[in-house]
Formats: sequence, structure tokens, C-alpha cells
Amino acid sequence: MTVVNLREMHVDQTGVIASIKANGELGRRIRDMGLVPGKEIKIQGKAPLFDPVSLRIMGFTLTLRNNEADHIHVEVN
Amino acid sequence: MSTAIALAGNPNSGKTTLFNALTGARQHVGNYPGVTVEKKQGTCVTDAGTFEIVDLPGTYSLTAYSLEEVVARDFLVNEKPAMIVNIVDASNLERNLYLSVQFMEMGIPVCLALNMMDVASKRGIEIDIDKLSSLLGVPVVPTVARTGKGKEELLAAVAGNVNLPPIPLKISYGIDIDDALNEMEIIIANADFLTQTYPARWVALKYLESDKQILELGSKENKGVAEQLAQIAKRLASHLAATRDEHPEGMIADQRYGFINAVLKQDVIRYAHDRNRLQQSDQIDKVLTNRFFGPLIMVGVLMALYNFTFTYSALPTEWFEAFFGWLGGVAEGILPDGMLKSLIISGIIDGVGGVLGFVPLIMFMFLGISFLEDSGYLARMAFMLDRVFRMFGLHGSSVMAFIVSGGIAGGCAVPGVMAARTLKSPKERLATLLTVPFMNCGAKLPVYALLVGAFFAENQARVMLILTLISWVGALLVAKLLRSTVIKGEPTPFVMELPPYRLPTLKGLLIHTWERTWQYMKKAGTVILGISIILWAMMTFPGLDESSVAQFEAKRTEITDTVPASVLGEIEQAGEDTELSPQAAAVQEALAEIDGQEAQAGLRNSIAGRIGVALESVSKLAGFDWRTNIALVGGFAAKEVVVSTLGTAYSLGEVDPEETGSLAERLAKAPGWGPLTAFSLMIFTIFYAPCFVTVVCIARETGSWKWAGFSVVFNTALAFGLSVAVYQVGSLVL
Repeated sequence: MTVVNLREMHVDQTGVIASIKANGELGRRIRDMGLVPGKEIKIQGKAPLFDPVSLRIMGFTLTLRNNEADHIHVEVN
Repeated sequence: MSTAIALAGNPNSGKTTLFNALTGARQHVGNYPGVTVEKKQGTCVTDAGTFEIVDLPGTYSLTAYSLEEVVARDFLVNEKPAMIVNIVDASNLERNLYLSVQFMEMGIPVCLALNMMDVASKRGIEIDIDKLSSLLGVPVVPTVARTGKGKEELLAAVAGNVNLPPIPLKISYGIDIDDALNEMEIIIANADFLTQTYPARWVALKYLESDKQILELGSKENKGVAEQLAQIAKRLASHLAATRDEHPEGMIADQRYGFINAVLKQDVIRYAHDRNRLQQSDQIDKVLTNRFFGPLIMVGVLMALYNFTFTYSALPTEWFEAFFGWLGGVAEGILPDGMLKSLIISGIIDGVGGVLGFVPLIMFMFLGISFLEDSGYLARMAFMLDRVFRMFGLHGSSVMAFIVSGGIAGGCAVPGVMAARTLKSPKERLATLLTVPFMNCGAKLPVYALLVGAFFAENQARVMLILTLISWVGALLVAKLLRSTVIKGEPTPFVMELPPYRLPTLKGLLIHTWERTWQYMKKAGTVILGISIILWAMMTFPGLDESSVAQFEAKRTEITDTVPASVLGEIEQAGEDTELSPQAAAVQEALAEIDGQEAQAGLRNSIAGRIGVALESVSKLAGFDWRTNIALVGGFAAKEVVVSTLGTAYSLGEVDPEETGSLAERLAKAPGWGPLTAFSLMIFTIFYAPCFVTVVCIARETGSWKWAGFSVVFNTALAFGLSVAVYQVGSLVL
């Protein structure tokens, strides 16, 4: 079990969100969309220029920019 | 007596579809006071009573970060609807309930419409509706909004529960936060602090979340209490930071999801498969957002949207033009010559025709974009292009507005500005709105055609390509400039849902398209007509004084007196296509030349003409004489008017923008004109003030005339600066 930055995860990799280190508007947006500790995620794909990234969580698909993903730490399987 | 009901839910939960199913044609669209967020209202008559339904903007949460959330929250708090019908996507229940929980905490009665039950069961999701209802303490009704299934049951549930007193939901946020909440709740209740509008515990929660809007309201209401509450919030924050390295705001969100998870875990929901396994939609995405095929397909889709908008709207636009041409012809025939005739034909008929001429374009553009938006593809485009547009302070979704405006030469900035509505991030949206008019719209093309034809006839294609590139590079750089100066600020977070692909319903598309078109006609139309009349007056008044008119008349008589009456009769009787005798043709030409000179003199003497003459000393820096200046003033009405006005200014009479051959010849020989002047004028045409129809739309879309005025002044200044640079540097080099 290792904790990595969400940006470093590769496509099709799965993991459980360990912590979110973002506050203010960004932190709020991230959490509102369901990115909270304990949720399972799976990286679904990356945009043609490798940014943003799309991931599956709670049965739906979410996208976020790499610099936003930096605030999210994931315990990868 | 009708009961007020608010319809609320996440974006993509089928909210608008349900709204249409409930209200049918009995709905109207307006705006929330002071903001540009759409407010849809409709009536629904049932046996149990009449409901006045307000469709709140789709949101994921109820914090006060986005405009939509502020609007939704203000409505709930100020208008106090009798009930919130909260539509939740059954196939995406956990995240959808996050908003529901926040409604319940507000203490307003909630009824859940569990929508998309068909999609959920197809994905192997089973929901125990009774259990969900009893655990949350609110009525839950399964629905399928697309087919209208469950609609009656939903209305019955609303009617049956609307008058029951609600019990605000109390979630436990853990000992630390709960203690603080309890302490604050007592202070708030005792001081009657904001309790007229909000429940006490909710206010306490907002203080812990450091909600800007509530904090401001609080310090206005009672400084002492506000200070006390802020103190408790601060104490809790530092305690949580020290013990758990957390912020109250984050913990509250985590606990809300924790509460939802705890409810669902009690056998409320069962999944037949792993929830995050790939759905059909994700299989499609493997192709449509593929690194190689994705961008290719996107270019195809953009071309298709462009062709759809501008090809299919051409025929109805022609009908409109033909109709107003006919109307003008009729007026020409029955009205006596004079100012009134000129006002009715050039001011009013052309003005109304101008307003309605855009209608087919706007309809087709919204139809196309609604299809892309409702199907889910628009979000994918934003996803793929975000990296590029973000560099300029824009958003992936900006591309749509740029393409429609003329990113592919020949668009139109009026629907383009409106297309920026798909952007949900306010700063990026504003920057997009202000820069799309730089694209080469269809009305600028006749200007280019004239100048390229006259001065760059050998390199037509290359010059057109250069102009397209200049407009794109210019627009993106200006966007960057605006985002680092007047619209400065952090990019709005991109965190965005990629909704599953869905086939939009025809009814939904048509309602959506019609509403927006109608809004344009109603709101922009009157302003546009008014400005059109003002511009007409500027180009007409004060006209020529009597002695000048008499001089031109004398010149005409001089010619007609010398020719035999038979020749004059021949001209009189000739139709448009009649072959005239050489003598008659010569006389007609001479008369036309005098008419042209008279029109030129009249234009020069008009208000616009005087402005043009007065500005000549300045505009010379860019190589423009007074004739060009007047034409550019006229271009504020519509860019192609530059061509017809130049025609008048060069005594050729009004030149049809489609047939500029004679004018091109004239310009090629005219003093002061050369490739450099032409290029300088083309640069100016790209960048200067948008036509006033676009300006009115910018005012409407930004909700402020300030930005509309900014676009006129800033763009013209920018255009002038660039043209001067081109002309001066060019003069030195060439």
C-alpha cells in the first residue's frame, strides 16, 4: 500500500482517496463532487495533451486538471 | 391559490426534462434579479391544486461559490417555496444526495423525485425506495422524466406532504464540530440572529464553513454576535488544524458524504456489478476522447456544427430578406419622397429586418449547441481542449463561441456571444464574450473581398488565410491580456462531470431553442431597432442645404435640356433590362454620376460625415481619409455596410456588398490607396468595435452596459493602435 499523488496515477489504476489538501473554492469544488477521503476511484483516461485527467468515482465520471489533482492523495492498490 | 414549488437538483439529473413534463407549454423564462442566470417558471394544474413551479439552476452544492448556487440559495431563503421537489439521478444516487442533504438541513420540506429509474435498473442498481424514504424522513417517488412515468405519483406526493411541518435534518459532524454547533446555536437563537430568514443551526454551519455571503449578512445584522460566532469558528479551526490537520469546511463535507454512505449502506441500494466498471458511455469515450481520433472527430463535429448553423439557416434568412426587400419596395412605391420615406425604409424596415435577419442563425446555432450539450459531447470537447485554452485564461468550452463567431471564416458574433452561455466559469466566460467579436464573421468578408480583390488579387487565398490567423492569434492574446488585467483572477476550478452520453429529446431541444430565440427578439430586438434608427439619422442628417440641392438640380437640367425629348422618354420608359440607344445610355450615365455626387455630398455633410472629416487628421496615421472614416462609422451598423458606404463616399451610389467590382477598380486608382492602406484597413476591420447588434448582445449576456461600452472603446483603440503600427512600419519599410 503506497500513497501517491493523483497526478502520478496511470490510466486504469485504482485506489482509495487518502487525503485532500486543498481549501477555499477549489477544496470545496473537489469535495462537492464527491472526492472525499475513503472513496474508491479509478483513472479512466487523460485528455490528448495529458491534461486534464478523467476518473470514475461512485459510478460516474469526473474530470480535473493536473494542478488540481496535485491536492489529492490516493492510496493505490 | 397556487402553491410555490421549487424544482432543484444536480445538472444532468433530468431536471429540465421533468420541468417540461410537469408544466408543458405553460412556462416562461426570465432572469433572476440583477444576474444573467435564467429563471424558468411554469404552472402545473392538478386535482389537488395548482402549483407554481420554479426551475432552479442545476447545482452540485449550496455553497455560495458559483452564481448558480447563490441564486438557488437566495431563492429558497427569500421566496420560501412551500416545498422543494429535489430531482435525483437514481443511477448516480450517492453524489446526488449530497445536495438533498443540504436542502434538508435548511429546514424546507423536501420531496425526492428518484429519476432515471430505467437507467439505474439497466445498470443493475436496485433501490429500496421505502427504506430510503423512512431513513431520510422525506417522501421518495420513482420517476422516468423522459417518458413522464411517475409524474402523477410525484404530484400526489407533493400535494399530500406540502403542508406537513418539516423537521430540519441534524447530521452529526463529530464531537468537535457538534459541540461548536450546539454552542453557536444557543447564541444565535437567544439573539434572534438572522433567524427570521435562516434556521439557527444552519447559520452556525455556514459560520464554520466560512461562507462569505452569510458572514457579510451577519456583521450587518449584529456585529457583537457575529464576532462571537467568528471567534468560536476560529477556535474550532485552529483546534482541528492542530489535532487532525483538517479544516472545518473539509470535515463538514466529508461528514455529509459519511452520513449519505451510512444511509445507503443499510441495504437501501444494491449493485449487481462493480460501480466503477466501464459503462457503454465509457466505451464510446475510448474512441471519442482518444488521443488520436478524439481531436479528429472533434474537428469534424465543429465543422458539422458550423455547416449546420450557417447552411441550413441560409434559406429562412433569404426568406426574411426577400420579405423585407418586398416590404421596402412596397413602401418605396406608395410613400411620397422625403424624410419620412427614408426613415421608414432605411431606418425602420431595414432595422426590423436586421433584428429578424439574425433569428434563423440564432435558432440553428442553439439547436446545434443544445444537441451537443444535452448529448454530453460538449463536456468532452471542453475536456480535450482545456489544456490549450487554459493557457490564454479561457476554458475548454470557449471553443464553441469562437467557432460560431467566425473562427472558421464566415460565422457571426451575435450567436457566438450567445454561445458563451455554455460556459459556467464567470471569468473565462467574460473573457470569451469580449474576444469572440475579433473572429472573421460573414459580414467582414465582403470588406476583405473588396480590398483583396483590389490590391491583392494575385494572393487571394494566402491573404485570407493570414487574416484568419491574425484574428485567432489576436483574440487569444487579447483574452490573455484581459485575464491578466481587467478580468484578473485564479482560473475557476475545472472539476467537471462527464455525463453519460444520452440522446436528447426533440421536445427538450425545441423548447430550449425557442425560449432563447424569443428572448433575443424580445430583449435585444427593441434596443437594436432603436440604435438602427439613430444610425440612420447620423448618416442622413442634416443633409444638403437648399442651395446645394438646387445646384445639383441645375446640373441635371443642364443635361436634360440639351437632349431631345424622345431620348428622355426612352429613359423614362425603360425597364431594368431594356437595351438603351447609345445616346440615351450616355445621358443616363451622366445623370447617375450627378446622383452619385449628390449622395456623396449629402453623406459628407451628415453627422457621420462630419465625424469622419473631423477625425481625418488622426486617422491619417493609419492611412484612412474621411471617406474610409465614414464607412467605418457605418460599419458599426453591420460590417458589410463599410462596403456600401465606401461606394457612396466615392460617388458610386450604394454598392451591393456582393458585387464590388466597380468599387474595387475605383479604389485601386484612388489617391492615397495602396496595398498598405488596404491591409491597415483590414486589420482595423478585424479588431474595431463589434457591430452594435453584437454590442447589445454583450450587454445582455454580461448583464451590464459597462462591458458593452468597454468592448466598443477598447476594441477600437486596439484596432487603431494596430493599424497605425502596420501603416507606419509599412511606410518605412516599403
